[in-house]
Amino acid sequence: MYKYDDYDQRIVDERVLQFRDQTHRYLAGEFPEDEFLPLRLQNGLYVQRFAPMLRIAIPYGMVSSRQMRKLAHISRRFDKGYVHFTTRQNLQLNWPRLEEVPEILEELASVQMHAIQTSGNCIRNTTTDQFAGVAHDEIVDPRPWCEIIRQWSTFHPEFAYLPRKFKIAVCGSEQDRAATQVHDIGIHAFLNDNNEVRFKVLAGGGLGRTPMVGSVIKPSLEPEHLLSYLDAVLRVYNRYGRRDNKYKARIKILVKALTPEVFSNKVEQEWSYLKDTKAKLPRQEIDRVQSFFTEPDYQQLTNIDLTDLALSEEPDFQLWLKRNVHPHKKPGYSAVTLTLKPTADAPGDASAEQLEAISDLADEFSFGELRVSHEQNLIFADVAQSKLQALWRNLKQLNLATPNQGLLTDMICCPGGDFCALANARSIPLAESIQRQFENIDFLHDIGELDLNISGCMNACGHHHVGHIGILGVDRKGEEYYQIQVGGASGHDASLGKILGPSFKMDEVPEVIDKILKTYVELRTPEERFIDTCRRVGVQPFKEKVYAKAA
Amino acid sequence: MPKLLKDQQISNDHFQILNQDESEASLPEGNLLLHISAIDAAIQANTDHNGQIGIWFDSADEPEIVAGTLNQFEVIAVNFPKFMDGRGYSIARLLRERFDYRGDLRAIGDVLVDQLYYLQRCGFSSFRLREDQNPGYAVEALTTFSMDYQTAADNLTPVYRLRHQL
Repeated sequence: MYKYDDYDQRIVDERVLQFRDQTHRYLAGEFPEDEFLPLRLQNGLYVQRFAPMLRIAIPYGMVSSRQMRKLAHISRRFDKGYVHFTTRQNLQLNWPRLEEVPEILEELASVQMHAIQTSGNCIRNTTTDQFAGVAHDEIVDPRPWCEIIRQWSTFHPEFAYLPRKFKIAVCGSEQDRAATQVHDIGIHAFLNDNNEVRFKVLAGGGLGRTPMVGSVIKPSLEPEHLLSYLDAVLRVYNRYGRRDNKYKARIKILVKALTPEVFSNKVEQEWSYLKDTKAKLPRQEIDRVQSFFTEPDYQQLTNIDLTDLALSEEPDFQLWLKRNVHPHKKPGYSAVTLTLKPTADAPGDASAEQLEAISDLADEFSFGELRVSHEQNLIFADVAQSKLQALWRNLKQLNLATPNQGLLTDMICCPGGDFCALANARSIPLAESIQRQFENIDFLHDIGELDLNISGCMNACGHHHVGHIGILGVDRKGEEYYQIQVGGASGHDASLGKILGPSFKMDEVPEVIDKILKTYVELRTPEERFIDTCRRVGVQPFKEKVYAKAA
Repeated sequence: MPKLLKDQQISNDHFQILNQDESEASLPEGNLLLHISAIDAAIQANTDHNGQIGIWFDSADEPEIVAGTLNQFEVIAVNFPKFMDGRGYSIARLLRERFDYRGDLRAIGDVLVDQLYYLQRCGFSSFRLREDQNPGYAVEALTTFSMDYQTAADNLTPVYRLRHQL
């Protein structure tokens, strides 16, 4: 993975000093709240319902065991001994004290981490595929490009006060595991006919209250022009994005208003002035960054028949192999998902003890590195198949071997009304009541691949629009209600879900989900996943079943 | 009187900023900034007025439309109606990098100490601080970072070139 050089280190160290000074002035009463706000936001610091919330970047989801131990230490020393993994490869502390944030940032900087631009109207943490570098279907490793974008976006002087937040995702494989079509900019790396890396650039995707799938604005971009092209897109957005209404300020509204063609022409024109300046990436720098993303010290192994392996253990192990173990480009290796979704724990939460134990396991089983996925899980990317059984036994003891990756109970869920000041409704207790309703693992496996996404408000941090089943918390006269939609998806064939109808109370939701699943079971053909059936039959049959009057 | 940070020094800013509709009337004495909608009056005044004359852009204005006339003026200002309105950063870079403006580029309006570093990188050479800002912090703020990841109007070598001595 990427290692800071002296330049990188100096920049994050200087940031710590800057924020220490700003916090000091704020606490001394020299700053009005509304002027300190954007500064603290650009360091990931929100003020939430009960306390500040600090969002720490895990750039493109890569983290070492050493960094993870530091995070465990920070959560114990400055917080309540647990952390929350978000849907954007970030990590949140829910209870830090403002006075101590500069110290937390200093601790982070000591392991090459930061909280820079994890919030605010600026370019946020760049995200990617959690299987980058090891995926069997990978064409181009997206991570060097993510790192190059990370550096370019860090303290970009022109784009720190954009109309609204700005999110970039990169993928380099056939299957899009980074939800690039619902990002402000989505970048697909591919190889052209001469085997050279090129980027297809999409703009104007996004969730929130006006969900949209992005449009291609550049079918093929040469890598050396990546930064100048991004500069051009951001400049057009910075100048012409709406600033009069925060709900219409995302780039998607601008792209739609202008049409993708006109937007792309404007970018092209801007870019014609920028492309041959110093913004052009030198080949040496591309090579340097790529040199950090080489293969670990793999052994020469051959693939093990996982079906045979499965028979050697109890049924739980078989299910885990089926759900949580993923194909790997190297023979004899697999990637493994540690789902942070056991029933009764808030989805995406992990305790300091778990983080430390996970770090030890990462050292033993996966070259000391981990990944964070946008589904709020952790990944060991490089596990020798011969060690899967030993790893599983360890994980089971830690309650991290729930065999539900990609199933209904592996839901994406925002912190909701329990923590977030923006939320209309709670999401964590709802997630738990759904998990309790569907505890039967055989039923879950029969239902198969299903993304259930829960957001506590319109801001859609739980990506409800692109869940196969999406749940949105709404406020009806001061009461929590939940609107349910079906048919969304976030992969290469991204689509937005359709709302079934009037919303439900929390205790009604598990029953409604059950009706939706039964409708699927009745209507599916043998090969169909839930999303396939939704697409074939549309929303109507689900609606009829869910709102049918009791006979 | 507003404070001006320029060339690492704090001084009083003697420029008077005329609003869009004020530029038509007979001009007051002293140093003036006229809005670009009065560009003709500004060009005229630049030859016969007794004070210094500059023009100013608001955040929604397009520098493209007056590009050819810019270097006649020793001072051009860009207004920040609110510090959260970041359009002025792009306007400044366009003025410097695309239209090759070489005079004094001044940030006016809601100009706060904590924005100075980025403003400077985008090409501003002087800063009319909002009246409540502590000028003592302003000079220091210009050196918050000792190196940068991107190219900008300040022409400093970005880290990705420094690394390779390019």
